[in-house]
Amino acid sequence: MKNVILTFALLALVFSCKEKKETSNSNEDTIKVGVLHSLSGTMAISETDCKNATILAIEEINAAGGVLGKQIEPIIEDGASDWPTFTEKATKLIDQNKVKSVFGCWTSSSRKAVLPVFESKNNLLFYPVQYEGMEASKNVIYTGAAPNQQILPAVEYMIKAGKKKFFLVGSDYVFPRTANKIIKAKLKLDGYDIVGEEYAPLGHTDFTSIVQKIKSSGADAVLNTINGDSNIGFFKQMKSSGLSSPAVTCMSFSIAEVELKGIGVDIMKDQLTAWNYFMSMKSEANEKFIKAYQAKYGADKVTDDPIEAAYFGVYLWAEAVKKANSFEPADVQKAIGGVSFDAPEGTVSIDPKTNHTIKNFMIGKANEHGQFDIMYQSPVMIKADPFPSIATDKRVIAPGNIQ
Amino acid sequence: MKQKIIYAILIIAIILPVLLLSDFRLSILSKFLVFSIVAISVNLLWGYTGILSLGHGAYFALGGYAMAMYLKLQSQPLPDFMEWSGIETLPWFWKPFQYVPFALVMVVVLPVALALLVGIPLFKSGTKGVYFTIISQAITLIMSILFIGQQGFTGGSNGITGFKGVLGYALGDPTLTKILYGLVVIVLIGIYFISKFMLNTHGGTIIQAIRDRETRLRFLGYKTHTFKVITLATSAAICGIAGALFVPIVGIISPSIMSVLMSTEFVIWVAIGGRATLLGPIVGALTINYAKTIFSESLPEYWWYFYGFLFITATLIIPKGIVGSLLKKKWFKNVLLK
Repeated sequence: MKNVILTFALLALVFSCKEKKETSNSNEDTIKVGVLHSLSGTMAISETDCKNATILAIEEINAAGGVLGKQIEPIIEDGASDWPTFTEKATKLIDQNKVKSVFGCWTSSSRKAVLPVFESKNNLLFYPVQYEGMEASKNVIYTGAAPNQQILPAVEYMIKAGKKKFFLVGSDYVFPRTANKIIKAKLKLDGYDIVGEEYAPLGHTDFTSIVQKIKSSGADAVLNTINGDSNIGFFKQMKSSGLSSPAVTCMSFSIAEVELKGIGVDIMKDQLTAWNYFMSMKSEANEKFIKAYQAKYGADKVTDDPIEAAYFGVYLWAEAVKKANSFEPADVQKAIGGVSFDAPEGTVSIDPKTNHTIKNFMIGKANEHGQFDIMYQSPVMIKADPFPSIATDKRVIAPGNIQ
Repeated sequence: MKQKIIYAILIIAIILPVLLLSDFRLSILSKFLVFSIVAISVNLLWGYTGILSLGHGAYFALGGYAMAMYLKLQSQPLPDFMEWSGIETLPWFWKPFQYVPFALVMVVVLPVALALLVGIPLFKSGTKGVYFTIISQAITLIMSILFIGQQGFTGGSNGITGFKGVLGYALGDPTLTKILYGLVVIVLIGIYFISKFMLNTHGGTIIQAIRDRETRLRFLGYKTHTFKVITLATSAAICGIAGALFVPIVGIISPSIMSVLMSTEFVIWVAIGGRATLLGPIVGALTINYAKTIFSESLPEYWWYFYGFLFITATLIIPKGIVGSLLKKKWFKNVLLK
């Protein structure tokens, strides 16, 4: 018995070592890029889809002949939902695998953790998720939304809908806290009341007391930055307390199609969310994207905002490489400003001033099919302002920030 | 003669990685050696005193945060996360951390203070076994919630990162990597011999007696709880030092270190290496972390299965741990003990 187990263990070891050798064999005709997402741990449920979208884009580009005559070879690493692990894997990708750029990260925490690595080694990270702003590194290309491309226009939308008393709820980590700081600054400036602000730990499910507070505060609008499964408990409690639209309207910032499926279509029906992309968008590029995505990963798969941003990030990189006629991160970084691509959400481009993507803004209302009906779409593409002047008097100049 | 050969091999084994490994691999090795120090501290408490703590992540993180606060203040007069959390001036308890001696003292003092805070009431009231284990877990959890919640003071779930450099070198500088490696090796050897010495003293014998039959010791008139508190404090201090070394090597400290998962991993390293053996924790921490790196790099999507498989097989084949099983072999004893 012992020998059998020992043999298995040895085989596993040998197998994994062999695998390693194969991937490190570099070829003259390929160019390496890193894909760094959490494939295990709490973030895996969201980040695995981003990794899939990145791989899909890479395969499409390869099938069309690659970039500058070279095939792209993705090196996948698991950040394991642990920030120090992200740092280690980013260093590994750049130092050991000599990747030319990395596509990855989801949480702001993981981005902050790898930022010093990318800055000290002058490599490029393509970051696909909406975030709280206050950052503009020359070594990061932000393909998700900055606050003024998601949060602020959504608050504006609520104000226009006649809402007066706002209640802020969120999960207890950096994004909700910073996002709420910006929201508070905006509402104060416009002269509206914030009747409450509450945070629940990540993964929290009991929202009885928070919902009670919302009820007794007399709020007519709730801005929700709660993440993941906690939303199930939150919306169930909201429903059973009788807090529903139009008397109390809830706007969510972290619930996309993938999360909607997990939370439950019946619980979420008629709730509002703000994003830059919805799967229900009608455009040729979007239909093509959804078709390719479902053909590769299964017909029941849905696409959402971060997935789309992860997908077009690769194309923007490829365009920048073509423009620079070089794979070197420093050259790509110089060339990427102004580069554009016909993404599923529309034609997106990179603003050279901030390295952020100029993109769409939309409000969606959840329907019974697990999709969002588009309630509002910005008439023009919005430029990112990572440092909203209402939230900060001084610019936070982090090392490497574009001045 | 044999002793000399062993020392010679040891010295070669220490120098060889510097010559052979790339900077990245060397810094990974340094990290593993830091984990070996943690494993020694866990082993001191669990292996020798019989107290299982699943909360050592808290002590490790406290040492790490003390170091990170110093490094952060060296990079920025007002840390960036304070600015975006709306804190305009440096809080009073952050101020002294800009001085190296204070920060270095705090690396030990903070974990020890927590250990005393936890240890004195618990051990005095006779909390034992699984009850202590559960409470130690709860304390780690409380600490991590506290650190995440106080974003303005602690960096929240991001932790503290974005250091400019250490000792005048930029982070990730090849020279710095080598210096840190050397430092970690020296500290590891130092702590190894200190713990070996401690276990050979009268107090060392007593803590092992506590593990084997505490009641009998109490009948003999020993105040066992004092010894337990002292062991916990020592263990916490060692863990804090490891935390402080971890930060400049990895470049970040975050509340994820304080998780129950991480604390459990510490215990697994000791179990696989060999509980209540001096070398066991070092061997365990190195083996497990090396395996973890290989698995996760070659099979990023499925590596946890292999990692889990490794634990199960290891406990089935070698219940006493790697070193524990080897000690039963005659040749190994001959080599090690002349």
